[in-house]
Parts: sequence; structure tokens; C-alpha cells
Amino acid sequence: MDDSRISRHGSGARLWLAGGWLLLALLAAIFAPLVAPQDPLAQDLMFERLPPFWMSGAEPGFWLGTDSLGRDLLSRLIFGARIAFVVAFAAALAACLVGSTLGLIAGYFGGWADRIISRIVDVWMAFPPVLFAILLVAVLGTGLSSVIIAIAVIDWTRFCRVIRAETMGQARMDYVENARIAGYGRIGIMLREVLPNVVPSIVALLSLEMGIAVIVEAILSFVNLSISTDDPTWGGIIAEGRLSIHQAWWVLVFPLVTLILTVLSFSQFGEGLKARFDPVLR
Amino acid sequence: MNASACLDISNLSAVLPNGARVLRSVSLSVQPGEVRALVGESGAGKTMIGKAVLGVLSPSVRIVEGDMLLEGEDLGRLQPKARRTLIGARTALIPQDPLTALNPSRRIGPQMTDRLVRILGWSGQRADVRIRQLLDEVQIRDPNRVLKCYPHELSGGMRQRVLIAAAFAAEPRLIVADEPTTALDVTVQKQILRLIAQLQREHGTAILFVTHDLGVVAKISQKVSVLYAGKVVEEAETAALFAAPQHPYTRALMAATPRYTDPFASLKPVDEAVLAGLAAEIAAADQAWRRPHG
Repeated sequence: MDDSRISRHGSGARLWLAGGWLLLALLAAIFAPLVAPQDPLAQDLMFERLPPFWMSGAEPGFWLGTDSLGRDLLSRLIFGARIAFVVAFAAALAACLVGSTLGLIAGYFGGWADRIISRIVDVWMAFPPVLFAILLVAVLGTGLSSVIIAIAVIDWTRFCRVIRAETMGQARMDYVENARIAGYGRIGIMLREVLPNVVPSIVALLSLEMGIAVIVEAILSFVNLSISTDDPTWGGIIAEGRLSIHQAWWVLVFPLVTLILTVLSFSQFGEGLKARFDPVLR
Repeated sequence: MNASACLDISNLSAVLPNGARVLRSVSLSVQPGEVRALVGESGAGKTMIGKAVLGVLSPSVRIVEGDMLLEGEDLGRLQPKARRTLIGARTALIPQDPLTALNPSRRIGPQMTDRLVRILGWSGQRADVRIRQLLDEVQIRDPNRVLKCYPHELSGGMRQRVLIAAAFAAEPRLIVADEPTTALDVTVQKQILRLIAQLQREHGTAILFVTHDLGVVAKISQKVSVLYAGKVVEEAETAALFAAPQHPYTRALMAATPRYTDPFASLKPVDEAVLAGLAAEIAAADQAWRRPHG
């Protein structure tokens, strides 16, 4: 009894902290032109490598300092969040749709459907993910949609494996047998009886996957393979910051902290949601 | 063969992929409104017979011969879809474990009415009235609360009551009760058993009652089949069986049942000589069976 109360409380705090950060970042991304204090692309060599606001030599209006071309770091991070969130949502949803569907089919029907899907997953997971992504983007060409497709193509296996295992566990339950005795069709049972019980896992994975998509997008833009325009991306800012780390550490550190907080929030948000909405854990 | 029987199983044999026989020419029948107990140790095949009747045998178990007639309809001859419909309309299961037999993510109410509405085509209102009536029969006093609950919010005994209500709701002709009291608290077991017996009498439903508990057999059934290693070793009227068990295994099983009158006596296993005799009997039967079946 006490245990459940503690874990529930814990999941509540976790859910609110992570959700709060994500909401903040999401709102900043949506309203970037309104909230960003500067134009993220405006260069000004008079203001190059300004430190963040609490250090001597800081200028008002450039809260987190500027990079080596005099561009405002905070504004670049806010605009970078746009790409990060678009990629996170689109790629995670696509991976989820493909992976969960295949996982549900493999887990519920078993037999040859399971064997074929599982072998494909095995082969897929033998590819090193980041190299695979780079290869895919190289083939598809750079651009937002290529990044999204690449991430979805790589990471659907995560959904497939977990949902397959969950579905297998649920399919063995007596309530599924009961539904079969009552005369429901196989697909009806899969969608109406089994699917609702794996939804909490799908939601948790979806959130986790959004964080992973943010990382992969950052890696791709770090190696300059993400989008080809001038729009700031977190990975791109990190790559630039790496070059001037001795003169302006903040250009590396702030985007890294933002990235880590966002990824962590996505995974914690998912776990918190699962704990809250899983009727058995609840 | 008995055309008027509610369930008539004749000569049913099933094998595993490795060729091992798990059901050995089982014959039994359940008359309308009658409770037939199927008693035996774990692994004797009691549950498997129930599952075979309900059409949910695990795919690795293959039925190699025998017929199952549900109200005169040969289940083996029907197309899968027609068989599903027939089984769905005429039978129900009271499962062993009420914890996993209800869908954890759906509320009790929709879960219970769903079957009546979707499978039997009742109106939502009719189904709702029916479910409330049944909940009353299983002595659930606050149906409004229970119908809104998720399964995990109810105790094991309450869930079993819900499942009993659900089983009787569509007025099936045959209910398979698969050790319905085993997973419950001892104090709850008695109530649940009484409830099943009461509803069975009122609704006149035939029950194939699977159990390993001879005490339960004596309380609830009119006829008994004693099963060992997938073979019916003895069948009789319940009263006659307890008065004068014929087969040595039945006698040994009765002797092995612990008594309340002597709680400190150590548990007696079934006599080894009896088991050796049974093993020989089964080996001989298998030999005879294999000859024509290859």
C-alpha cells in the first residue's frame, strides 16, 4: 500500500517536471519568431563570442551569449527546437505506426507471421544505427523529410520487439481465450481486447523514441547531414561550439544541456504516463 | 452415442507433436441440466477436454479421432466459422483464474454487455438489464459501482462472481467450469461453489465441472468421470461412486484426500502399486490403439 503511494507520487513529480520542460520547449518552438530575442541568423562581428548574462562583458539582449559569428545563442536554440520537435514527432510516429502494427501481428498471430517479422527485425538490428542513418540520408539526400524517414526506418524495430513481446504475454491471458470462446474473430480480439492493453507500452515507447529521434537528428546535423538550409539545429550548434570551446565554452555547453534535458524529459514523460495510465500498475 | 445429450464426447483421442497421446479414447456425456464432474490429478487432461469442447485447444495438440456432439451437432464436421458461432451461442466458460480472465483495460460493464450485444445481437438496453439481473443473482449488491470498476479494483471473489454472471448471462446450454474455485481463498471457495450450484439449478444449465477436489465433486455433481493420464478410468453416479468406488485408482484417490476430522495425519500419496497397475493398463491400451492407427 505504502509502496504504491510512493511510486505514484514519484511518477507524478517525474511526469510534471518532464512534461513542464517539454511544454516549455514546445511552446518556444511554436512561437519562436515571437519569443526569440534576436534574429537567429543575424551576424554581427562587433558582438562575437559574448559570454552569458552573468559574466562580465555580457550585453543585454544576448542572454546566453553569442557564437563566433555574433549570432545570439538563445535565439538559435529556440529556432533549433522547431526542427528538433518536428523530427521527434514525425519520426517517432512513423516508427511507432510501422513497428507497433508489425509487433502486434507477430505477437498475436505467431506462427509464420511471427517468424518472418522476427527475422527481419534480427537482420535490421545487426546494422549499426548511426551509420545506417548516415547511409540512408546520403542515399535519400539531405533534408527534413529524409531525416524523418531515416529515423523511422531505423527505429521501427524498437517498437516491433517490445510490442510483440507484450502482445504475446497478453494473448496468453484467459480473457483472450474467453473472447475466442464467445465467438469473436481473431482480428477483432487483437484490436479490441489486446491492443488497449499494450497502449501504455506504446505510449511510453513513443515518448522514448521522440527523445531518441532528437539525438539522432542532432548527430546527423553534427556531421552536417541533416537539413541543408541555414536554419539552426541543435546538432549544428554543437558542432560549431566544439570548434571554439576554448574561447566560448557556452556555445557547446548550452545546446548540450538543452539536448540532454529534452531527451531525458521525453523518456521520463513516457515512463510517467505509462505508470499513470496502466490500469494494473495504477 | 446419445442424441438427446447436451454434450456427447465419444472416443476422443488427442496427441502432441511428438506422438504422445494426451487423451486416450475419452467418452463422456452431459445430459441437459446435469452437472458432470471431471476429476483427476494435475496433468490428467481434465482441462484439455474442456478446451477441446470449447474449441480453444492449444495448436500443438491435435485431435486424431473421436466425435464431440454439442446438442447433436458434430463440432468436428462444422466449418470453423459455424463452429465458433455455435460454441459462442451455446456454451460459456467459468475460468480457473479470475485474475486473468477479465480484460484489465476495460470496465466490467462494457466487458459483460459486449458479448450479448456483438455476438448475440441484443440491444444495449436489453443487455444492460440482463447483466444487472445476473449480478443480482450472484449477490452483487452494488451493481452500479461494480459495472464501472476496472477488474483490478475488485477482489478475486468478486471477479469470480462477475465471471459467473457473465457465463450465465447468455443462457448457454453448457458451461465448462474449469476449477472455478482453485484460485480463490478457502472461505470464498464455498460461497462461489454454492452460487454456481444455485444458478445451475435455477437456469437448468448443464455443467462440465473440472476439478481435482473430490469434496467439490460430492457437493455439486450428479455424475463423475475419473480421469487418469487422459483416460477415463471410472464413471458413475456421484453417490454410487462415493458409496462404492470400483476402480482401484478411484479408491486410492479417495484414500489420499485429507480429512478435516484428522488434521494431523500426514498426507498420503496415491498408492504406488495402483499407479503401476494403471501404467500397465494404459500401456496395453496404447499398444492396442496404435496397431490400427499406425
